[in-house]
Amino acid sequence: MAYGPLVIMRDLDFQVRQGEIFVIMGGSGSGKSTLLKHLIGLKKPASGTILFGGQDVETADAAARKGIFRRMGVLYQGGALWSGLTLAENVALPLEVYTDLEAGAVAEIVSLKLALVGLRGFETFYPNEISGGMRKRAALARASALDPEVLFFDEPSSGLDPISASRLDDLIRQLRDSFGTTIIIVSHDLASIFNIADRALFLDITEKTMTALGHPATLRDHPPSVEVRHFLTRSSTNP
Amino acid sequence: MQVDLRRSDRVLTVDIGGDWDIGQAVPRFEHLVRALPAGESIQSIGFDTEDLGQWDSSVLAFLTQALDHCDAHGLEFHSKTLPDEIARLLVLARAVPEQELPPEETPATAVARFGEQGLSAHASAVASITFIGEVGIGFLGLFLRRVRMRWREFWVVVQSNSSGAIGIVTLISFLVGLIIAFLGAVVLRRFGAGYYTSYLVGYGMLREMGALMTGIIMAGRTGAAFAAELGSMKITEEIDALRTLGLSPVEHLVLPRVLGLFLMMPLLVIYADFIGIMGGMMVSVSLLDLSMTQFITGLLTPVTLTDALFGVLKGSVFGLIIGMSGCLRGLQTGQDAGAVGRAATSAVVTAITLIIFANAVMDWLAVLLNV
Repeated sequence: MAYGPLVIMRDLDFQVRQGEIFVIMGGSGSGKSTLLKHLIGLKKPASGTILFGGQDVETADAAARKGIFRRMGVLYQGGALWSGLTLAENVALPLEVYTDLEAGAVAEIVSLKLALVGLRGFETFYPNEISGGMRKRAALARASALDPEVLFFDEPSSGLDPISASRLDDLIRQLRDSFGTTIIIVSHDLASIFNIADRALFLDITEKTMTALGHPATLRDHPPSVEVRHFLTRSSTNP
Repeated sequence: MQVDLRRSDRVLTVDIGGDWDIGQAVPRFEHLVRALPAGESIQSIGFDTEDLGQWDSSVLAFLTQALDHCDAHGLEFHSKTLPDEIARLLVLARAVPEQELPPEETPATAVARFGEQGLSAHASAVASITFIGEVGIGFLGLFLRRVRMRWREFWVVVQSNSSGAIGIVTLISFLVGLIIAFLGAVVLRRFGAGYYTSYLVGYGMLREMGALMTGIIMAGRTGAAFAAELGSMKITEEIDALRTLGLSPVEHLVLPRVLGLFLMMPLLVIYADFIGIMGGMMVSVSLLDLSMTQFITGLLTPVTLTDALFGVLKGSVFGLIIGMSGCLRGLQTGQDAGAVGRAATSAVVTAITLIIFANAVMDWLAVLLNV
């Protein structure tokens, strides 16, 4: 991964298993969000390949790419709800693009999706009329509108109070348990990482590569490097 | 997706089988119930999901219909007969939302809407007058050296409205000069007064068109930019950040912009006058067989310095109008993505309307005062 001549990360090699909650962690500026942008196809890797279900996203033709986008959902850091549309219209848009359902059927699924994230009755609200936590949940409803196989989250707990954040974690786990959705989360929120991650990947900013991969508690107890231990135990690097 | 309804002993068993995909329309529960042969009335609904394959939210959508049916007819819903994951999601979907919904608004009557429009017109008039007052006080403070202005911002405005605007002002003024000369050449020649085309070009450009066209160009260019800049800053809370620092957005953002435009507009008008006269001269020389000397003498004899200064004065006034409407609309921007676009549009419309109105008023005053 690189921005022009500036290399952010190199030698990344990992697989995400179906139905697991996979966390990409690391300090600020370590390239977590950049890695996510590569995974969801918004950026091309400077070298190497990213396979989605065995298919190279970069070389796939337009139809195949659309098929891949249909199978994944992304929850952006700020929610990224379309501010000119109501919550219902926000959730309905992916359904209208990718399915031939009638308006009534779409509305039914939209209400269901909003209800699942605790926003029943908020269909006609605009994003700027609700709180930040609600916006995030509405964005989750939109990201999961098509029941994607893979859901990506960019800092899901940022800007949320601890209770809302843990409620969102519960919601994420519920999605995985019920639908078997594969979840990939970019996060630096330790509480959330220990709470939900099956496996976690650590990006080291000084080494410019991944230095750890495994269950967060195991990594904490047997840290492969000082940076990983500092990150997971919240101790300062400069004591 | 397959659904079969079986009835036995007042219990309706719903057989759910096959693969369920969200891309396919869900069967209507009501229709299935209505299609049942008449018999004993049903008291409860249970489920059989033995043959259920792949499933997703579409199953939940179908079950939600069944739940609604049970609620409406007072039937019992046996959620125990459903797989755990599905039952859990149904509970989640039926949970009461944590936040209370605000009460629904009753649709307003025509009289109420009329009144609301009146109130909002009043509010917007008050906001405009307050804003004009704030800017006036800001300028006074600047003059008395009580307000510190951001000079860097001021110079950016000066640059973008001088050298940055030269190209478009040149093109438009030249063409306008050309157009006036064509008018003169055609109409005046009929009376054998083609010579006076130079008078028309000079008087028209200096007194009216130079300032008016520059004003309209700058309204579309700079007024819209001001509104969009301030509007985006409003949306990203940058303006709130200024306020909480104790800085007034008017002093910090509006003054440099309005002052920059107020000082640059007269210069642009002088430049536009010059270019427009050149355009007019080109047409006169080539179409009317006038020499350049004849054109210049014909222009300088009747047209006075007062005419030119009057145009320049108009330019300053237009600069104030454009700067202030751009900034005001920017500060009034709403919260959604379309708001910035609306602010920019409204800034341009307001500025152009006010410019033309002000132009008419100033012409009228000039006639009254015999300037």
